[in-house]
Amino acid sequence: MQGITPDKVQESVGQACPMPIVHMAKNMRIMAPGQVLEIKADDEGAHADMRAWCEQTGNEFLGEENAGEYFRYFIRKKA
Amino acid sequence: MAEKKGTLIIQLSGDFDKVFAGFTLASAAAAAGMPTTIFFTFWGVKAIQKGNLTGKGFMGRMIGLMNRGGLQRLGPSKFNFGGIGRWMFKKMMAAKGVAGLEELRQACIDLGVKFYACKTSMDVMEIRREDLIDEVIDVVGAATAMKYADAASVQYFI
Repeated sequence: MQGITPDKVQESVGQACPMPIVHMAKNMRIMAPGQVLEIKADDEGAHADMRAWCEQTGNEFLGEENAGEYFRYFIRKKA
Repeated sequence: MAEKKGTLIIQLSGDFDKVFAGFTLASAAAAAGMPTTIFFTFWGVKAIQKGNLTGKGFMGRMIGLMNRGGLQRLGPSKFNFGGIGRWMFKKMMAAKGVAGLEELRQACIDLGVKFYACKTSMDVMEIRREDLIDEVIDVVGAATAMKYADAASVQYFI
C-alpha cells in the first residue's frame, strides 16, 4: 500500500488456515508497538481472518493489496 | 482492550480429523491472545502420546497394541479403510498447504497452549506419564478441567 513501509514481512503464500495467523501472532509478539507487519498470503480465508484477528486483539488492520498471485495485508501493532 | 477470557477444549476424540480441529482451534485461540487449555481425555490422550507400546496387564497391552498412540497413528473418523484413508488425507492436505498434526501441535506449544491429560483415562488404558510427550503440564482430574472451563469464555467439546 502506498506510503506504508513494513518493519517486517511474513511469507505465508501456500499456507492454509491456521498457519498464517499462527505465524502472524508469533511475529507480532516480538515486534514493538506501532510497528507494521506485512503478510503475503494466498489463502482465501485470510481475507476475513486477518480482519477478525485484528478486531479481537485490538491491533490495527491498515489494509490489503492485490499482488496478483497473492494478497499483501498490513497490520499495525497496537500501542 | 477488555479483559481476555480463556478457551478450554475437551479433546475426547483421538480421530485424525477431530484432533486436527482441536489443534486448529486451540492455535487460533492462543494466536488471539486467549489463555488456552486442552484437556485430553479417553481417545484424545492418543494425540499426546509418544507412540511407544503401553500397558501392563493383558488387556492394557492389547489396547496399546491396537492403538499405541502418537500423531502418526491417528486415523480419520470416516474412510480410514485400515490406514489407506489416513495416508490419502495426509497427501491431500499436504498438497493444499494444510499443516499436518505435528506442525499444528507444535504451533499450539509455541503459542503457549497448556496440555493436560486425564488421569482416569490413563489408568483405564494403562498409559503412564512417561508415555506422554514432555510438553504435557500435568495429569489431572475432571475438577481441574472444570476450573479451566469456568475461567474460559469459550468451551469446545471435540
